Amino acid sequence: MNLLEIKNLKKSYGGLTVIEDISLSVAEGEVVSIIGPSGSGKSTLLRCATMLEKMNGGELTYLSEKAAWNGSDGKCVYAPSKDLKRIHGYYGLVFQNFNLFPHFSVLKNVMDAPVSVQGIPKAEAEKTARQLLARLGLADKADAYPCQLSGGQQQRVSIARALALNPKILFFDEPTSALDPELTVEVLKVIRSLAEQKMTMIIVTHEMQFAKELSDRIIFMEEGRIQAQGTPDELFSTENARVREFIGKLTN
Amino acid sequence: MLQQLGAGMVVSAEIFFLTLILSLPLGLVLSFGRMSKNRLIRAVSKVYISVMRGTPLMLQLMVVYFGPFYLFGIKITSSYRFVAVIIGFVLNYAAYFAEIYRGGIESMAIGQYEAAKILGYSKVQTFFKIIFPQVVKRILPPVTNEVITLVKDTSLAFVIAVSEMFTSAKAIAAAQTTMVPFVIAGIFYYVFNLLVAFVMEKLEKKLDYYR
Repeated sequence: MNLLEIKNLKKSYGGLTVIEDISLSVAEGEVVSIIGPSGSGKSTLLRCATMLEKMNGGELTYLSEKAAWNGSDGKCVYAPSKDLKRIHGYYGLVFQNFNLFPHFSVLKNVMDAPVSVQGIPKAEAEKTARQLLARLGLADKADAYPCQLSGGQQQRVSIARALALNPKILFFDEPTSALDPELTVEVLKVIRSLAEQKMTMIIVTHEMQFAKELSDRIIFMEEGRIQAQGTPDELFSTENARVREFIGKLTN
Repeated sequence: MLQQLGAGMVVSAEIFFLTLILSLPLGLVLSFGRMSKNRLIRAVSKVYISVMRGTPLMLQLMVVYFGPFYLFGIKITSSYRFVAVIIGFVLNYAAYFAEIYRGGIESMAIGQYEAAKILGYSKVQTFFKIIFPQVVKRILPPVTNEVITLVKDTSLAFVIAVSEMFTSAKAIAAAQTTMVPFVIAGIFYYVFNLLVAFVMEKLEKKLDYYR
């Protein structure tokens, strides 16, 4: 079954069209990387898929449940908020700059949403949170505050925070772009281990080597469209001159 | 003399605490109005804040106290004096606090709202669990300023003859031709504000555990 299906997504800000027309489906267990130059609409695609931004047109479906579709007047219609609330629970998003809650301890960052949003008993949520933190190598940081952690540690906490809600799909919006190379490695390691556990993931990234090793499929975006997609081998040996140029620039 | 001044002190402290307790929440509500998506609510809040900040508190106290009689012919009782003072102070200070809240709320990074939305927090939860605690930390210094001003402003209650500290001091000074009550009043306000500054500093330190 496709966990996510996007059909003919269109998005513009004022008169500026950011996404022309994108269709994309992601199957369970699939790891999809989205690459492309700045301003190509990668992040906007993610923000529309996670409903941080409203689409101007198109269809958005999670686990066969429609979140948004084209109404009869040509405008995009979203599902009633009751349904959206449930659909929200199907996915998580890891931000480029973490967006941890600075006034919460690491543990509270991870366990608060399960308790306050999903109504999971505190003791149970704490147990899960501690297990997650241990898995991400942060067992000793449970009582620390985000400002006391390195960027890599903060990003791992934010991954733990997303995982704590048990999402079916995890989106990453340039998860290592705010980190230096050394810290990048530790975050990529975590994402790699999630891929090994067959977590369905959609990752916007500039890390070519990483995308190549990890992805089942790579999507190359430019000017608000998917210009090319395929397995890493297909894409890295493509005849498409523009894709070759872009990949070449980033891998050297 | 001391007994009379002591009673005044109690009244001043009452004005101070009642004003704070009532104007801090009212200010928050008003700041929501000021930031409302509804244009009418936003405009009304803006005009209200503008008038409250743009006219003297002393004049506002007179309006609240004498207004019911001049406007509606309601007979003013002496017990209404104190009530009028509290109403006047609360209405005035809420306007200042509203703008402080607004500054704090608008300074919050959009990423905090987005993270909360993705995690499924409701709007109310997002505000009270995520946003407001961080706003409190940010607005503590300007709030301290207002609170210190409030301590001294309580003396304005003398214009409608509420026998707070300053009113008593003035009466005693005139009756006994002595400066002593003024000196004592001055010391009272100063020590009160030292306490305020001390408490607020403690509070800031307490919130120092995160950035």
